[in-house]
Amino acid sequence: MKNALGLLSLLVIVVALAVVPLFGLRALVQDLFMVLCLLVLALNWNMLAGFAGLVSVGQQLFVGVGAYAMFAAAILWGLDPLTGGLIGGLVAMVLSVPVAFFVFRLNGAYFAIGTWAVADIARLSFSQWQALGGGTGTALPRGAARDMPGVQLLREVLGVSPAAAVDMLTYWLALGLVVAMLVASWIFLRSRMGLGLQAVRDNPVAACSVGVDPIRLKALVFLLTAFATGLCGALIFIQTGRISPDAAFSVIDWTAFVIFIVVIGGIGTLPGPIIGVLVFYGLQRLLSDYGTVYLIVLGVIGIVVMLFARRGLWGGFTQWTGFNLLPLEHAPPKRPDTGNWRNMRSVHGE
Amino acid sequence: MIWLDTLIQGLLLGGLYALFAAGLSLVFGIMRLVNLAHGDLIVLGAYLILGIGTALGLNPFVAALIALPLMFLLGWLLQTVLLNRVLGDDILPPLLVTFGLSVVIQNALLEQFTADSRRLPVGPIEAKSLTFGSVSVGVMPLITFASAILVILCLNWIFYRTAIGRAFRATSDDSVTAQLMGIRPRRVFALATGIALVVATIAALYLGARANFDPSIGPARLLYAFEAVIIGGLGSLWGTLIGGLIIGVAQAFGAALKLEWQILAGHVAFVLILLVRPRGLFPRAHD
Repeated sequence: MKNALGLLSLLVIVVALAVVPLFGLRALVQDLFMVLCLLVLALNWNMLAGFAGLVSVGQQLFVGVGAYAMFAAAILWGLDPLTGGLIGGLVAMVLSVPVAFFVFRLNGAYFAIGTWAVADIARLSFSQWQALGGGTGTALPRGAARDMPGVQLLREVLGVSPAAAVDMLTYWLALGLVVAMLVASWIFLRSRMGLGLQAVRDNPVAACSVGVDPIRLKALVFLLTAFATGLCGALIFIQTGRISPDAAFSVIDWTAFVIFIVVIGGIGTLPGPIIGVLVFYGLQRLLSDYGTVYLIVLGVIGIVVMLFARRGLWGGFTQWTGFNLLPLEHAPPKRPDTGNWRNMRSVHGE
Repeated sequence: MIWLDTLIQGLLLGGLYALFAAGLSLVFGIMRLVNLAHGDLIVLGAYLILGIGTALGLNPFVAALIALPLMFLLGWLLQTVLLNRVLGDDILPPLLVTFGLSVVIQNALLEQFTADSRRLPVGPIEAKSLTFGSVSVGVMPLITFASAILVILCLNWIFYRTAIGRAFRATSDDSVTAQLMGIRPRRVFALATGIALVVATIAALYLGARANFDPSIGPARLLYAFEAVIIGGLGSLWGTLIGGLIIGVAQAFGAALKLEWQILAGHVAFVLILLVRPRGLFPRAHD
């Protein structure tokens, strides 16, 4: 009953978010677009660090590669950016295989630094790609975003300007990505594989002893999150329309923010990143007049959470109230009927 | 002879990287703590030296002498108040706390000193150079290199010849047994972080004297430093020096081929070495 209520409220929120663009307010739509994209990145990082135990500081690698692949598809091969975005996700996933072969040899802290170094290698390599503007970057060809499938339809049905139609389309795609990520994460985590993954996180030795293969599961998560992160990266840069190596592979924008969002919201829980992204957006708006102060505040909150409430806002909330939206636990297996058991004992006793 | 010149420039640059890395290596080796704020702490040290030098009208070398105990105190406090609380089997809390610290320091410096580039004015020594046959070497890089060797020698002496060093090694190898012998790991850790920040201040002096710095350059320095530590192997200070030299030489040769390849060449050297030796070249301790 409680769960049904929770799911219903989630559904209401999604519908409310979906109708926002119909009321104009382009600035709000653009803001929310960024929030949704950060949420996608946060859900992915949460899968890596919160469930698979892979603390990566290099997720900007996949954001940047997805975005650059999309730009290459649009500029060099003349494809429309949406197809390019799909290619971006696939390229990110393909790239994650050799990257995994390297970084999976490293443990813990080495893994974090290794992923960061690889991302920096990609940033420096992509700034050598002169066809895409080298170190200074480039913009999408004029009209490329307006020729995306669906933009024309939106313009006719809603009678909005081409730029507004592009904003709407990218916004809805971002919202769709969030919902897809949430549903996919929930299904994956409640599946046999997800159960194995959480078992490895909680006690690797015990998990291995019952036949869980941690490397295989972690590699799978690494691969899938690379795909989703690449897709999201491509989408972000379709909306901005401009790319440069420093923006696409920014460790602050695509990894630091995301880490704080997950930690503040509650690492290792599904609703955690949602709460975290709301806190992040609130702080950003509240302190927008004071330059980088919100970053300082964000850092301090992150530290305080790690010191005093390691499960984050959502983790603390569920512990306090016992209410859990999107629970990942399974009901324990039914006990054998005690009556029967007693009968059996009496049989043996005679 | 251009090869020899590049090699020497690379080794001298590597000396600076080894200085960045030495404090990190000490802390990482003793308590497995990954201090992601190390680069920003070096930059903080550079601003501290600059501030003291400007306020009191002192040469940066003298100002650094005043900064050293202050930074030791900062390190000691940092470990006691913050980092000791998050040490444990789980590597996530220390990573995230130091990451948060990095963002806080970086942006606080930005608020305080703006994004303008600064430089430590070390005086006429900056432009002096010595000529050996066909190779000309700057005096400042030479002093930096000598300081790096000296710092590693000192740290090794502390590590292997003193009671504190014995406590360091014991805690590193087996903290529970060390406690049975009357060592308090938390105190040992606080001392280690204090020493690490002293080394960071020395690194800051040469960083600021060699090139311009601004609040945003910390993370990149951290990355080079960490690569040096990992290449060298956990817990080996001489390994860290070799690691720094490898990164420096790789960067120098990369830059000689094409200027944009400098940083890239350093990263590639790091990846190649880790592909062959995942635990680094000379690992002393197990992680």
